[in-house]
Amino acid sequence: MNAKFKKIIPQLLTLAFVALVFGFFSYNAQLNMENRGISFGYGFLSQESSFDVQFSLIEYDGSHSYFRAYLVGLLNTILVSVIGIIFATIIGVIVGIARLSTNLLINRAAAYYVEFFRNIPLLLQIFFWYFAALRALPLPEDAEPIFGVIFLTIKGLFIPAFVWNNLDIFLYSLLAAIIATIVIRSYSKRLRENEGKHIPVLYISLGLVIGLPILSFLIGGVKLSFEIPELVQLAKTSFRFNGGLGLPPELIALTLALALYTATFIAECVRAGIQGVSKGQKEAAASIGLTPNQVLKLVIMPQALRIIIPPTTNQYLNLTKNSSLAAAIAYPDLVLVFAGTALMQTGRAIEIVSITMLTYLTLSVSISILMNWYNKKIAIKEK
Amino acid sequence: MKIVNITKDNFNNYLYSGILLIFISILDVFLNSFFSINTTSFLPDFLSFVLPLIVGFIGLYFIRVEHSGIKNLDIINKNINTNNFNAVLTLLIIFVIIKSLPPFLSWFIIDANIAGDSKESCTGTGACWTYIKIWLRRFIYGMYPNAEQWRINLSFISLTALGLVGFFATEKYKKYLTLYYVVIYPFISFLFIYFFISGGRIFFDFSYGIIAAAVSIILGFFIPNKFKLYYFLIVPITLYILLKYVFFFEEYIELGMIEGLVWVETGAWGGLSLTFIISFFCLIFCFPIGMALALGRRSDFPLIRYICIGFIEFWRGVPLITVLFMSSVMFPMFLPQDVYVDKLVRCIIAISLFEAAYVAEVIRGGLQALPRGQYDAAKSLGMGYWKMHIFVILPQALKLVIPGIANTFLALVKDTPLIFVVGLLEIVGMLNLAKTNPEWLGFAMEGYVFAAIIFWIICYAMSKYSYNLEIKYKTER
Repeated sequence: MNAKFKKIIPQLLTLAFVALVFGFFSYNAQLNMENRGISFGYGFLSQESSFDVQFSLIEYDGSHSYFRAYLVGLLNTILVSVIGIIFATIIGVIVGIARLSTNLLINRAAAYYVEFFRNIPLLLQIFFWYFAALRALPLPEDAEPIFGVIFLTIKGLFIPAFVWNNLDIFLYSLLAAIIATIVIRSYSKRLRENEGKHIPVLYISLGLVIGLPILSFLIGGVKLSFEIPELVQLAKTSFRFNGGLGLPPELIALTLALALYTATFIAECVRAGIQGVSKGQKEAAASIGLTPNQVLKLVIMPQALRIIIPPTTNQYLNLTKNSSLAAAIAYPDLVLVFAGTALMQTGRAIEIVSITMLTYLTLSVSISILMNWYNKKIAIKEK
Repeated sequence: MKIVNITKDNFNNYLYSGILLIFISILDVFLNSFFSINTTSFLPDFLSFVLPLIVGFIGLYFIRVEHSGIKNLDIINKNINTNNFNAVLTLLIIFVIIKSLPPFLSWFIIDANIAGDSKESCTGTGACWTYIKIWLRRFIYGMYPNAEQWRINLSFISLTALGLVGFFATEKYKKYLTLYYVVIYPFISFLFIYFFISGGRIFFDFSYGIIAAAVSIILGFFIPNKFKLYYFLIVPITLYILLKYVFFFEEYIELGMIEGLVWVETGAWGGLSLTFIISFFCLIFCFPIGMALALGRRSDFPLIRYICIGFIEFWRGVPLITVLFMSSVMFPMFLPQDVYVDKLVRCIIAISLFEAAYVAEVIRGGLQALPRGQYDAAKSLGMGYWKMHIFVILPQALKLVIPGIANTFLALVKDTPLIFVVGLLEIVGMLNLAKTNPEWLGFAMEGYVFAAIIFWIICYAMSKYSYNLEIKYKTER
C-alpha cells in the first residue's frame, strides 16, 4: 500500500501542477479576451485578408482569404528550405570529404571554413548577405548577363523560365521510368540472390530515366522552350526585367546564409560518419580482393550512411526551423506573412501563434517519426 | 601512362626544373594580383588565364617522387602533392589565396580609415572604421545613458572576478565550489544585474543587503563554531531589517536627502552587454531545468515521463522566433490584466525554456550511455533515487556530455540576436539601428564584419574551452 502511494503521489502532484498552470492561463486568456471584446475561434481564416505579399508561388492578392495567405507563407517556407537543403547538402558533403583529405591545404581550408561559418550567428550572416553583400550588386540596367541569359542584380536573380507544352505527359513518363527502375532493381536483386546472375541495373535504369522523357519529347508532343528575361525601361531611370523567373534578393540572401551555415554542421556529420567506420573494415575488404571503388560502395558507404543520416536529418530540420529568420529581412515566409502581417491585422494572437507553432511542430514531429522508423530499419541486427 | 619516369635515381635531373616551374607559376599569379601585371598578355585570354596552373602542375609533377631522401621535399610531397588531383587542388588553393589577399588587405587595413569623427573623414576606398569607433559605445551599451555606463562595467568586472574564484580556491575550499557556482554565484549575479544595472529606488535594498552581509561576515569570525549556524541564520536578516526600517534611511530617501542610482528601464539596455546578460541568465536557468526534464523523461512514473516528453518535443519542434513571438504577443494574454512582466524577463524565460529542452536531450544521451551496472551498483549500496543520481549517475553522465552541452550553450549565444523580435536590441540590433542613421548611411559592411569578429571570438573561445574541459575530465572507462 505504502509503495503504491509512493508511486502515485508524485504523479498526481505533477498532474495537478500542470493542470493548475494551464487552468490559470486559460482562465486569464478568457478574461482578457472578454475584456477586449474578441471571441476565440478560427473563423477568421476564411475572411478576406486585404494585404499583399510580394513573392508568392501560388496566385494570391488581397482579395483572397487568410487561409490562402497562410498557404503562401507555408509554400515560401518550404521553397527556401528545400533550396537551402539541396545546397547545404552539396557543400556539406564536399567540405566533409575535404576535411578528410590527405592534402594538408585542402584539409585546413575545409577546417577553417567550418570553424568560421559555424561560430557566427545565422541572423548576422543573413543580414550580412542581404544588407551588405547583395547591396553591392549592379542595378538592373548595368547588369552583365552570365552566359547571356542570367542576370544577377540588386533587384534579384533573373533566370530563364521553362515554358512547357504537355507537361503532364513528360511527368508521367518520368514517373513510369522511376517505377520501372524500382521494379528492375528488386528483380535483379532476386535474380542475384537466387541464381547468381548479374544484370547491369545502373545502365538500364539510367537509360530508362533519361530515355523515356526524351521519347516523350520526340513522340509525346512535349515541347520545352525558354523565356529569357528582358530589360524593360519603365521611366527614365527605372528599369525592370520582364519575363523569365525572378528570384527576389531576400530569397537569395536567405538561401545563401542557410546553406553556408548548415553546411558546416553537415560537413561535421559526414566527417564523423566516414571516420566512424573502423579502419579494419577497409583493410578487410581490401584483403578479400575488392577494388577501391567496391570497398567504398559496398563496405564503407553503407556503414557510414548509417551514422551520417540521422544527425543530417536533424540538421535539415534545423534549417527548416531557421528559415523562420526570414522575417528579419522581410522574405514573406510563414512567420512574416502569418504571424506578422496577419496577426497585426486581426489581433488574434493566440490563434495565429498556435497555428504557426503547430505547423512547425507537425513538420518536425513527422520527420522525426520517419527518422526513428528509418533508424530502426537500418540498425545493425545483433544477436 | 607515364611521360617521364621519375625515380629515386634520376629525380635530381627534374627537381630543379620542377622547383623553377612552380616558382614561375606562383610569381606570375603574384605579379598579376599585387601589381596587376599580366606577364603572359601576348597569349590568348583563356591560355593566359590557365597558364600558371599548367606550369605549376608540371612543376609539381617533376618534384613528385617517393622517398627522395631529402626531408623537406618528402614532407611537401606527402602533404600537398600525393597525386595529380591533389596537385591541382593545391595550386588552386594557393592561387585563390594570393588572388584574394590584396583586395582583402586593401579594404581591411591599407585603404581603411579610422581617424576623425564624422562620415566625411572616411575618404579611402576601404573600410570606414571611424563608424565603428564613433558608435562603439552604442554597440556595447545600447541606449544605456553614457553617464551611468560605469555601472555595467563595474558589474561585469566584479562578476568576472567572482567567477574566477574557482581558479584560486585552495584545496580546503574546493569541495564548496560546486555549491558556490550552482547557487551562490548565480544569486549574486542576479542581484548585481537586477539591482545595480537597473538602479532606481530598489538599489537601496541591494546596498542594505550588501552592508548587512558584509558586517555579519566580518563579525562572524569572532563567533564560536558552535553557534555559527544560528548566527548566520538570524543576524544578517535582523541587520537588514534594522537598516531598512529602524535606522530610517527610507525617510531620508523619500525626502531626497540621499540620491540613489538613476533608474534605467530594460528597454534602454542593449548592445553587447545585453548579449552577455541574456546568455548568462539563460545559461544559468536552462541547465537545472534541462537536468530535471532529462531525469523526468527517464522516470519510472509514466505520467511524469509523458509530460516531460511532451514538453521537450514541443520546444524542440518549434523555431525560437515563434517562441519569442509567443512571449511577446501571446504570453501577456495568459496573465491577469494588472500583471506586467518585463520584456527582458519574458525573453529570458522563453529562451531558457527553449534551450532547456535541448539541454535535456543532451543530458538524456549521457544518462543512456551509462552502463546499467552503475545503476545496479548504486542501488545495491542502498542508495535511494536522489542519492544515486547526485553521487553516482549525474557526475558521470555530465562528464560524458560536455561537448553536447557546450554546443547547446554556443547555440544559445548565437540565438541571442533573435530578441529583435520583441524589440530588444543587442549588438546586431544596434547595428541595424546605426545603419539607418541618416548621417551614417552605407556602412553596413563594416558593422557586420565588426559584429562577426566579436561573435566569432566569443564562440571560438567557448568551443576551445569546452574541448579543454572534455580532455581534462576524460577518464578511462
